[in-house]
Amino acid sequence: MVTHEEGGAHAHHPPTGFIRKYIFSVDHKVIGIQYILLALVSVFVGMALSLFMRIHLAWPDAKVPFFHDGIITPEQYLALMTMHGSIMVFMVLTTAPQSGFGNYFLPIQIGAADMAFPVLNMLSFWVTFLSLMVMLAAFFVTAGAPISGWTAYAPLSALGEIAGPGQGTGQTLWVIGLAIFCIAALLGALNFITTTIDLRARGLSLLRMPLTCWTWFVTAVLGLLAFGVLFAACLLLLLDRVAGTSFFVPGGLIVSDKAVDHAGGSPLLWQHLFWFFGHPEVYIAILPGMGVASHVLSTFARKPVFGYRAMVYAICGIGFLGFMVWGHHMFMSGMSPYSALAFSLLTMSIGVPSAIKTFNWLGTLWGGRIQFKAPMLFALGFVSLFVTGGVSGLFLAQPAVDIALHDSPFVVAHFHIIMGVAAIFGIFAATYFWFSKMFGRMMNETLGKIHFWLTFVGVYLIFMPMHWQGLVGQPRRISDFTNYDFLAPLQPMQKFISIAALFTISVQLIFLFNFLYSLKRGKKAEMNPWHATTLEWTVPSPPPHDNFGGHVPVVYRGPYEFSVPGMAEDYLPQHLAPEKVSKA
Amino acid sequence: MPTAVIDDFEIKHRGGGGPPPAPPAGGDDGSRGAGGDSSIISRRAYFTGLTLALGGILMFFMALTSAYIVRKGLGGNWQAISLPRILWLNTAVLLASSATIEVARRKLAGNLVAAFRNWWWMTTALGGAFVLGQLVAWQQMVERGIYLAGNPASSFFYVLTASHGIHLLGGIIFLFYVAFRAWSRSAISQSTAAELAAVYWHFMDGLWVFLLLLVSLGQ
Repeated sequence: MVTHEEGGAHAHHPPTGFIRKYIFSVDHKVIGIQYILLALVSVFVGMALSLFMRIHLAWPDAKVPFFHDGIITPEQYLALMTMHGSIMVFMVLTTAPQSGFGNYFLPIQIGAADMAFPVLNMLSFWVTFLSLMVMLAAFFVTAGAPISGWTAYAPLSALGEIAGPGQGTGQTLWVIGLAIFCIAALLGALNFITTTIDLRARGLSLLRMPLTCWTWFVTAVLGLLAFGVLFAACLLLLLDRVAGTSFFVPGGLIVSDKAVDHAGGSPLLWQHLFWFFGHPEVYIAILPGMGVASHVLSTFARKPVFGYRAMVYAICGIGFLGFMVWGHHMFMSGMSPYSALAFSLLTMSIGVPSAIKTFNWLGTLWGGRIQFKAPMLFALGFVSLFVTGGVSGLFLAQPAVDIALHDSPFVVAHFHIIMGVAAIFGIFAATYFWFSKMFGRMMNETLGKIHFWLTFVGVYLIFMPMHWQGLVGQPRRISDFTNYDFLAPLQPMQKFISIAALFTISVQLIFLFNFLYSLKRGKKAEMNPWHATTLEWTVPSPPPHDNFGGHVPVVYRGPYEFSVPGMAEDYLPQHLAPEKVSKA
Repeated sequence: MPTAVIDDFEIKHRGGGGPPPAPPAGGDDGSRGAGGDSSIISRRAYFTGLTLALGGILMFFMALTSAYIVRKGLGGNWQAISLPRILWLNTAVLLASSATIEVARRKLAGNLVAAFRNWWWMTTALGGAFVLGQLVAWQQMVERGIYLAGNPASSFFYVLTASHGIHLLGGIIFLFYVAFRAWSRSAISQSTAAELAAVYWHFMDGLWVFLLLLVSLGQ
């Protein structure tokens, strides 16, 4: 008796054909896995690019495959850097934690059969896929990929091929790809927010939602407000490039010995528009990781999240403040010291909700019966990296310090630790935690632990020395430091970092092996192997097409009722009616 | 999943599969969510979704607006342009279309389908006339030698009008969709779809008035 032709609020047929089931599926779980696979492919592409960069930095004369005569030119180095940043930020950090795991688990955790708009959901994924293809196409055009960095600062990004190799068609493809990505991200954000607001199960008030759902919700709000602005910026940049306008190109420029036929634009306007998106983007990458860390820490400490409400307010506070601090990326732009002071104070004030979260994570662990399973290790690693990367953020929030350290590896270390690696640890925690639910089999625990320890040590070995490189005055975005006498003493450190990077990247093959092996050969998973409390653990692994098999869940309590005194079990699932709870 | 279970799920959502579960103790919004009637949920979700979409569109236009204000503040080669008079006529046409879509929506709510169709098509025609009028305005500007790549004021004029025009074309497609889709098989009624289209249309109308004031008074 199906009366819905398409996904209205949520109900739709289980598909039968291969294409409708696995390719153009409207099932949020399939779409979530599609996003995760897209991110997985992208992360290996992004890592390969960083590998080329690290090899070149440590051994500039080394011959590498895929390059003419095996030599990486300075321009090619910049192209590697640009595409590494763009692919990692947009196709991995924005995609996996939110669109991937969020898509899969938000509807289940709130007791819904699907996202609010399943067809739109499918469209979001395929538009993201198109965006990735357009962006990657930049590698295959004459003169190659763009060299202006993931921030694509004007006028370099606006001038076309006279600005350097890759700045012609490559940069145009990059801008178009990013604009397409904005559309996908907006569609996705709209879907996430509507789902959270309108499809929650009975009894699941906002303050009973798992913190994962809170972070996906706030992340979607950030996406909705930020990606429209980036789209506008991309539109204006594209017009500067192809239609002769001068939004971002100032007059009187002479580039490659040629007078530029533009006048009156403002390069700073691009920076304002870009960073108005760019700073919230940092939280788009990290917030879902915070949600997963809270969720996993509570589950494996067998304790409720310490200060649940404070955590919710901190998530909202971080999201709100995230829109007011974009100027801290522009302290070098010659802004008024008074503006810089305001941006600096606002930036440091983000330390308050961040510290609340950190202390609450520690409070959650305090006195718990901690089980050091692989997801728990990665959640603990997340907290460690969040603190390390956050503290260097406090240094950089001060204009006087930032002016000294800007464009140095100190900044590279800061944002990689907090936005890159911490977020990736969140993704790993989510993968080890939810793999059994998604695929019906457990990942290998021993390999997971080995993967954690080697990765955890590896990333610190990569990024800690970069702080020192920055402090002693090494600039970034330069491909060969052996040309500079004053930096020659740093070359052993370059080699050390590159070896650490090679090591850490190879360690990821353990994860890849574990992932693929466990898909086929992993131990069969029970419905609730971690004895967790939220709704996803009340359905089979993997869940049926409509998630709850025709049953409509009802929620009776908060998400983290662990070790409740007087109960027979040490966990109280959200869906269990009070009369069914067995007492000790 | 066996179809039978899905069917059961559907029945429950439509209120025919037995009594709804009792509200849980302490639930502060027990009437919300997947336990309710699916058509009400769909209707609410579509309105939430539309509101959010308009929020995203608003951010896009606010970004362009702030870029406009900042760029104008820089001075330099900014030259105010005289706007074609037809823009005011176009504005009147668009305002009229907001009135007709409102009448159409109310006719449909009152189940006056024939009257609804007439007013709906009138709205669609007025929307089309607005877009054509905007193209005429562009042509007049081109005849006066004012191009996209001219100076920042003209560049912004073309970008803002084109962006609005594309969104309005989306609105016209929305109007056709409401008119032609087989709504009996849908999660929401045609009347709800017409309401959604009307909200979008009014928003585009208000947005245009704002943009016109920006490019006329803001120069």
